[in-house]
Amino acid sequence: MKKVMTGHKAVAEAMRQIEPDVVAVYPITPQSEIAEYYAQYVADGIVRTELVPVESEHSAMSACVGAAAAGARVITATASQGLALMVEILYIAASMRLPIVMALANRALSGPINIHCDHSDAYLARDSGAVQIFAESAQEAYDYMLMAQRIAEHKNVRLPVIVNLDGFTLTHSSQVVETLSDEVVKGFVGDYEPFYPLLDVDNPTVWGPFAMPDYYFELKRAQQAGMEAVPEVFLGVQGEYSKLSGRNYKGFFEAYKLDDAERVIVVMGSTAGTAKVVVNELREKGERVGLLKVWLWRPFPRKEIADALAGKKAVAIMDRAISFGNMGALYLDITSAFAGREGPVFVNYIYGLGGRDVPAEHIVQVFEGLKDAEPGELRYIGLRE
Amino acid sequence: MPIVKPKPKPAPEVLPGVRHPLEKYLRTERLPHIWCSGCGLGIALSSFLYALEELEIDPDSVAVVSGIGCAGRFAGYVRLDSYHTTHGRAIPFATGLKLAKPDLNVVVFSGDGDLFAIGGNHFIHAARRNVDITVLCVNNFNYGMTGGQVGPTTPIEGRTTTTPYGNFEHPFNLVYLAASAGATYVARWTTLHARRLKESIKEALQHPGFNFIEIISPCPTNFGRRNRLGDALDEMRYYAEKAMIRHGVDPAEAEVVPGKEFIVGKFLEVRKPTYYELYRRKVEELFGRDA
Ligand SMILES: Cc1ncc(C[n+]2csc(CCOP(=O)(O)OP(=O)(O)O)c2C)c(N)n1
Ligand code: SF4
Ligand SMILES: [Mg+2]
Repeated sequence: MKKVMTGHKAVAEAMRQIEPDVVAVYPITPQSEIAEYYAQYVADGIVRTELVPVESEHSAMSACVGAAAAGARVITATASQGLALMVEILYIAASMRLPIVMALANRALSGPINIHCDHSDAYLARDSGAVQIFAESAQEAYDYMLMAQRIAEHKNVRLPVIVNLDGFTLTHSSQVVETLSDEVVKGFVGDYEPFYPLLDVDNPTVWGPFAMPDYYFELKRAQQAGMEAVPEVFLGVQGEYSKLSGRNYKGFFEAYKLDDAERVIVVMGSTAGTAKVVVNELREKGERVGLLKVWLWRPFPRKEIADALAGKKAVAIMDRAISFGNMGALYLDITSAFAGREGPVFVNYIYGLGGRDVPAEHIVQVFEGLKDAEPGELRYIGLRE
Repeated sequence: MPIVKPKPKPAPEVLPGVRHPLEKYLRTERLPHIWCSGCGLGIALSSFLYALEELEIDPDSVAVVSGIGCAGRFAGYVRLDSYHTTHGRAIPFATGLKLAKPDLNVVVFSGDGDLFAIGGNHFIHAARRNVDITVLCVNNFNYGMTGGQVGPTTPIEGRTTTTPYGNFEHPFNLVYLAASAGATYVARWTTLHARRLKESIKEALQHPGFNFIEIISPCPTNFGRRNRLGDALDEMRYYAEKAMIRHGVDPAEAEVVPGKEFIVGKFLEVRKPTYYELYRRKVEELFGRDA
């Protein structure tokens, strides 16, 4: 059914249909409305979830870990500073292989305090061991919340999954979202079978004990194996979901007019929407430009992205956060994927920090700038110097 | 894009030729403030500033530290050394400030959520250590800034955006918590009691040790509206009717329950060595020198 709804509502709808056992949340702009919608569903008896309005995000993620270890299906949502507080426990969730799903309403990290969008929060959790997916629209946020559940719980994966949606741009704006019926979603996500749940009192297990130099390394390697299992699972879940929804999710990224493009932008999140408009306009003028929009950021599909970009003349990799002292993380991901391999000219554009608007003219400037790009340049778009 | 630099601008005239008497304590370039009409935060702020004025405290000897929230905006509005910390961390920041500058009068001015939800741990430990700071908590029974969600002071059956049909969790009794954690000055007022609140703040500012004042305040936009408490004036009438001024009451007996009478006043004022005094004593004892 097609309805007009905000990104918040789209995420809350997906959560309602999944109906997790436990949701633990602490309010933070621009996430709060997700929790508020869900609290209303709980209060109205529409879902049987236990909603825990904890006293901070550190507690939220801790409660999620406890509930997930007990065997519950768990979802949470946060943004920015909230994620920063969660990160300690997010590492625990990943290392305990707990399939917690999280909606992250991307917001710039402090300081200075800011409530608007950039990706510094997602980048903070880059190495946490959580799978990370970026949505371009409210529709994608809805769809990936459902797919995230399946990816997280797959027996070869069992990892937390973060679905990123740009704060305000996606959370607070109304878009047309086509939802699936409750039955279809229930069938798609299926019943959850936890591994070694704490509540299985006949088979007691210990969670979280020490692993010293004798075992720690092997456990981390096993965690990496969980990440390595993601791509196959991701494609499988996408395939199944595409059939159900009639929407075309195929691959780790969306290639938009990429095949014959010479100059390409790589970007994550809602800016891809603006970039598509610009690609269309420039194409009408005969310019061979294209877009690669990353869906799956962690684990990073190194080979597939490198294959898609090989042979291009120049590529602008747009990062909405800086890895201070180096360049943007996405730039580093992609350029390292070309190690030992001939690649295009790569330029890194840092854009939109702290919610700085990214109008179409900026995207035009990026494509224009690719004409005379020096390899490895770090540029800023939309910045007053 | 032009760079917008806020220029100091004089506060609007209250009457022709008359400016606000507290102008010297306010960053007027930051005005108008963001608070809703009828919000109690303005009264809390002016009570604090009048207290400074009447004590003739040198503004350079006071620092204000806030967390995040509507109440967290205090730090941005006062023309004093001020710091707007991250959510929940006003007290540890203030502790560091006080230790580095023991002569500074350090005031933490923040909200119930900031101080008792995400920052609750810091509150009890600073009280336990008897850090020589004054904590002013504007309690509006919810997280105002983020849209009025349930928090640790929301009363049972209180309606918030995350408890649409009533809260079922026990709330904190803040004055009891403060006293049992070790605070040496504990009081509670409402924004109706502006003059008494000001006097109490004056006492706290002069009292060595961990001082705590709870300031019960209307949040007409969120908690007030959802709980049908009427407008801010109705809430003031409610305070006039239900707040009983008593001093020296056992804070354990001083719960705030909607619809019932509640106690305001000074619960506790005792003197015990502050954290810094104990620290100096130890340094003296061990090394025979001043800290
Ligand atoms: C780590 C973190 N989590 C959540 C938030 C969002 N947040 C901002 S203010 C606030 C609650 C403020 O409540 P309170 O202290 O009672 O202040 P009030 O707005 O009611 O005056 C929250 C949850 C944040 N800024 N940082
Ligand atoms: S939301 Fe409530 S606490 Fe915040 S400014 Fe408005 S009335 Fe005051
Ligand atoms: Mg509050």
